[in-house]
Amino acid sequence: MTPLVTASRTLKPLRLLLYVAPLVLLLLLVPYLMAPYQAYLLSYGLIMAIAALGFNLLMGYTGLLSFGHSAYFGVGAYTAALMVKYLHVTSMELFLVGGLLATLVVTALFGFICVRHTRIFFSILTLALSQVLWSLAYKFFWVTGGTDGLRVPTPSLLAGLVRATSLSYSGKIISYYYYVLACFLLSVALMWVIVHSPFGKALQAIRDNETRASFIGIRVQRYRWYAFMVSGLFTGLAGILWVPLNGLTTPDILWWPFSGKIVFFSILGGFRSFVGPLLGAVAFNYLETYAISATVYWQLVLGGVLVLLVLLMPTGLVGLLSRLAFVWKRAT
Amino acid sequence: MDILIIQLFNSLLYASILFLIAGGLSLIYGVMRIVNLAHGSLYAVGAYVAAWLVGKVAGGMPAVLLLVLLPVGALVVGVVGAVIEPTLLRPLYRRPEEYQLLVTFGLLLILEDVMRFIWGGMPLSAGVLMESLGSIRLFGSLYPTYNLIIIAVGGMAALLLWAFIYRTKFGVLLRATSQDMRMASALGVNVRRMYVQAFALGCTMAGLGGAIVVPGQTAVLGMGQDVLILAFVVVVIGGLGSLQGALIGALIVGCVRTVGIMLFPEIELALLYLIAAVVLLVRPTGLFGTQ
Repeated sequence: MTPLVTASRTLKPLRLLLYVAPLVLLLLLVPYLMAPYQAYLLSYGLIMAIAALGFNLLMGYTGLLSFGHSAYFGVGAYTAALMVKYLHVTSMELFLVGGLLATLVVTALFGFICVRHTRIFFSILTLALSQVLWSLAYKFFWVTGGTDGLRVPTPSLLAGLVRATSLSYSGKIISYYYYVLACFLLSVALMWVIVHSPFGKALQAIRDNETRASFIGIRVQRYRWYAFMVSGLFTGLAGILWVPLNGLTTPDILWWPFSGKIVFFSILGGFRSFVGPLLGAVAFNYLETYAISATVYWQLVLGGVLVLLVLLMPTGLVGLLSRLAFVWKRAT
Repeated sequence: MDILIIQLFNSLLYASILFLIAGGLSLIYGVMRIVNLAHGSLYAVGAYVAAWLVGKVAGGMPAVLLLVLLPVGALVVGVVGAVIEPTLLRPLYRRPEEYQLLVTFGLLLILEDVMRFIWGGMPLSAGVLMESLGSIRLFGSLYPTYNLIIIAVGGMAALLLWAFIYRTKFGVLLRATSQDMRMASALGVNVRRMYVQAFALGCTMAGLGGAIVVPGQTAVLGMGQDVLILAFVVVVIGGLGSLQGALIGALIVGCVRTVGIMLFPEIELALLYLIAAVVLLVRPTGLFGTQ
């Protein structure tokens, strides 16, 4: 076994900046360097990365595998869509406020129930609850549009400063890309602070040894509940950002295979590291897009990749990269 | 009164199919501690094979012969299971259970497209069989004969499985492996072979469920993903790994669904998931589970 990349390895702030700054710069330059379509595609990738970031707080840091994260993504997306339908809201910031509040309520409730169990029971419980929401979205078609879904037009950004109607098509895409990027960077920074805070350390203690954690005075169930809520909120944020980009929300995003996809992101990138799920989500998005355009049997490609990953490369892309770096370092 | 009896039969019909699927899922979990997310897709494979045989290959044959063809679908799925276990699952027994969930999720994606590749995107029907058997008069109302056959198959499967597991030597070994794999292995049980057989048996049950369901509806892509969640609900209510649990769970879900569709169709599905959640909360091991 190769050693797993551990999340707790801390870098000095200056070294960290050295790694992060070029990446951020690159992300900022994407609309100038590439066609608008690439910015559009990357927006999807970054949104999925936010969802995976939230998911991994539970999976990688707390040791709970949720198979129901589609629920929180869907609550965010559907809240925004329902705000358009019933309240005629067209401001992204109001979507964010409303969507996050709704997600908070749902995660608080679901989390309160789910954290009573761990391991496989936790997974099944999260799955069952997420499917309650799916069946409601699916059956109450006069509210949610059923399988037709709900349309969401491009909203105005930054409290009306950037109006969708005054922009060209590519201008719309690029301004939204920067909006998503800003949310993404903020989310990553916030999550970085969370997992390195005493709270984050407590979660890792719970993951590694529940009994010991409770002996040193950590309220295990309470902390798991908090982690569940934070995790759901990030995924909900992803859902809110996703819906104007996609223009439409359908019950598919509440259906359980979508939760499977979120799990897939983390495994692809490597859930034992902080950046793994982010990398995995973006990589998955490209993989899916190109697999769909290349073949009708894209699910076969994705399934094959997943099976091979689990069998041969359980540490994901990050594990592979760090192993390559290790080999390279030893060679020089 | 008539409507009540018909609805009772409908619940039994539904429960029979669910028992076959959930029973297989539960058996696999009980012996190998694997939650097989591809189980629904295996059920769909059974449905496709049966629909293809009955609808396309042997279209004009008499109904009795067609009925005999249905179990072929189940056998094919059993063989698929016997191939999957040693190749995909065996390397993962020592790893955390998350990986097992994921590998079966990958398998689900693969199987879904394999079916699309072999049978195409159009639904496949075996309705010939259902039509050729007609319907019979039952307490004053007409009821499809084929549905009675499904109920009989479900009941027989439950009985046979019980006899198999509690009255044969294989059953004893299976239960021993399920209770303590290491001890069984130390006492000379060939655990590897046991796992292949148990997995293949569970898959055969799912395949049989698919095969007998298909004359009444069509085989479509995605049917496995729908049914898997219902099978989960059954297994969660009854208890993961318990066959009695799967039977009782299937009966409960069958009844709730029939009543739900009659009285409150909008929240019928949501109600089932909620029941599952409540059972998990109050008794995480289900009504009949032991742990």
